[in-house]
Amino acid sequence: MLVAIMLLLAAVPPIAALFAQPFYLDLLRRVMIFAIAAVSLNLILGYGGMVSFGHAAYLGIGAYAVGVLAYHGIDNGWLQWAVAIGASALVAAAIGSISVRTSGIYFIMITLAFTQMLYYLGISIEEYGGDDGMRLGVRSQFTGLIDLNDPTAFYYLVFAILVLFLYLTHRLVNSRFGLVLQAVRSNEARTRAIGFSPYPYRLAAFVISGAMCGLAGALLVNQTAYLTPEFMNWTRSGELMFMVILGGIATTAGPLLGAAALLLLEDVLQGSSLLPKWVNDHWQLYLGVILILVVLFARRGLAGLLPGRERND
Amino acid sequence: MTEPLLETRGLRKTFGALRATDHVDFDVRAGETHAVIGPNGAGKTTFIKQLSGELRPDSGRVRFAGEDITTLSVPRRSHKGLARSFQITSIYRDFSALDNVALAVQAHAGHSFRFWRKAREDAALREPARAILDKVGLVARADVIAANLAHGEQRQLEIAMALATQPRLLLLDEPVAGMGTDESQRMIEFLAGLKGDKTIVLVEHDMDAVFSLADRISVLVYGRIIATGTPAEIRANAGVRAAYLGEDA
Repeated sequence: MLVAIMLLLAAVPPIAALFAQPFYLDLLRRVMIFAIAAVSLNLILGYGGMVSFGHAAYLGIGAYAVGVLAYHGIDNGWLQWAVAIGASALVAAAIGSISVRTSGIYFIMITLAFTQMLYYLGISIEEYGGDDGMRLGVRSQFTGLIDLNDPTAFYYLVFAILVLFLYLTHRLVNSRFGLVLQAVRSNEARTRAIGFSPYPYRLAAFVISGAMCGLAGALLVNQTAYLTPEFMNWTRSGELMFMVILGGIATTAGPLLGAAALLLLEDVLQGSSLLPKWVNDHWQLYLGVILILVVLFARRGLAGLLPGRERND
Repeated sequence: MTEPLLETRGLRKTFGALRATDHVDFDVRAGETHAVIGPNGAGKTTFIKQLSGELRPDSGRVRFAGEDITTLSVPRRSHKGLARSFQITSIYRDFSALDNVALAVQAHAGHSFRFWRKAREDAALREPARAILDKVGLVARADVIAANLAHGEQRQLEIAMALATQPRLLLLDEPVAGMGTDESQRMIEFLAGLKGDKTIVLVEHDMDAVFSLADRISVLVYGRIIATGTPAEIRANAGVRAAYLGEDA
């Protein structure tokens, strides 16, 4: 089923070109970028049982890494993206070293608090546009390899990264490391009793997840060509959480389905001329109703509704 | 006389005014099955948690295999050879029986920062796990999700996971709790098969289990050990009868 979805996504650029609808290319690229972020969150939230309510932090760090370097005239994509991933990993290590010792509501609050600190830091730095953010003058440069100004090339790059991350996550969660991670989620006392110290495994997962999301941030800023502290706002963290839960926690396809459902619904309800104006005007309300229905009637998320059900690994 | 495998000296743990463990000196000899009994609220669970490392004593020492382990964490004690089963079944409910045991094997097969190879296809984990499931009589149920096992089978799985860590000492916290007569009889027979092979500390309410398995029995009442001896000595002990057996039987 996941393969079918991926084939469909791969076919979008020629179809969009055929119907002269470049907007859909843009929309689905955005969906895939958020899917990458949701895949990274699913690793710790779904498989690790760590409900991070601050995952937008790494979207922001990734975006700022690219934006700030570009602002200072460094537009080499390799360097920008390496810094995006590295800085996200470092911040995740710092936040994780404290938050991963806690669980439940404390974990949620600590991750939220750290992310809000970064959000306010972004607002306070006037040099980089403060509250308003700043434009990304030049997209990340991969000279001779790929031009991100070409919408189709950029689309396939995002697509390739998504495929890679889906596969990496799949390998990771079924490896020895992944089983320990799931074991800690399932029963921490038992996991300690058989001889595992959960902390290093949970922290490693937290850092890997942050680094992955940092790359999503680097992609996002190239997508929007501007950045603002809003990338790190708590509502953005909430959206990522919602994508994971809506799509189906701890499933391979879930984050992609969740990101697609949320962003496409948002777009359709908000902009479709086929819907009455009172729906367009109050689209959040109707989106909310749909989301509630999915959560109530599809306990395993959208992935649980698919034919040939996803296994829980 | 050789040094005991496990010993506590002056172990003390209080919760507010409650002295849950009150200067307990306790020895387990290598190879014996040593039962700890006592009425409800006697502090058995608090005591066993200090042996496994889940609780730190306020004072006193725990020594294991000639080493002071008083301040070691639960995972570190597991690596020293102390394994524990839980009174309330504690398994990975959404994993198969084989996965459960394989994880316990994995915990003692080097570090688990291995990110690529599929752990479920790793013969180095699966084969030993299967052998242990065979030993406890669950091998036919290896691929059943643990939550779907019968209660008695889950209790067996609990023991299998402890055995998979290749312990020198097994702490069994009420292994026959909640079992029917047939099931508990089978469990007692299984544990009898382990006797001699493993050193066992058995915390148990079920007197059939205790008197048929234990080489020695310690009686815990209000956080103190009031008697230690062979089953025959404990049966004959007037203090024990007054404090415990009398009111129970």
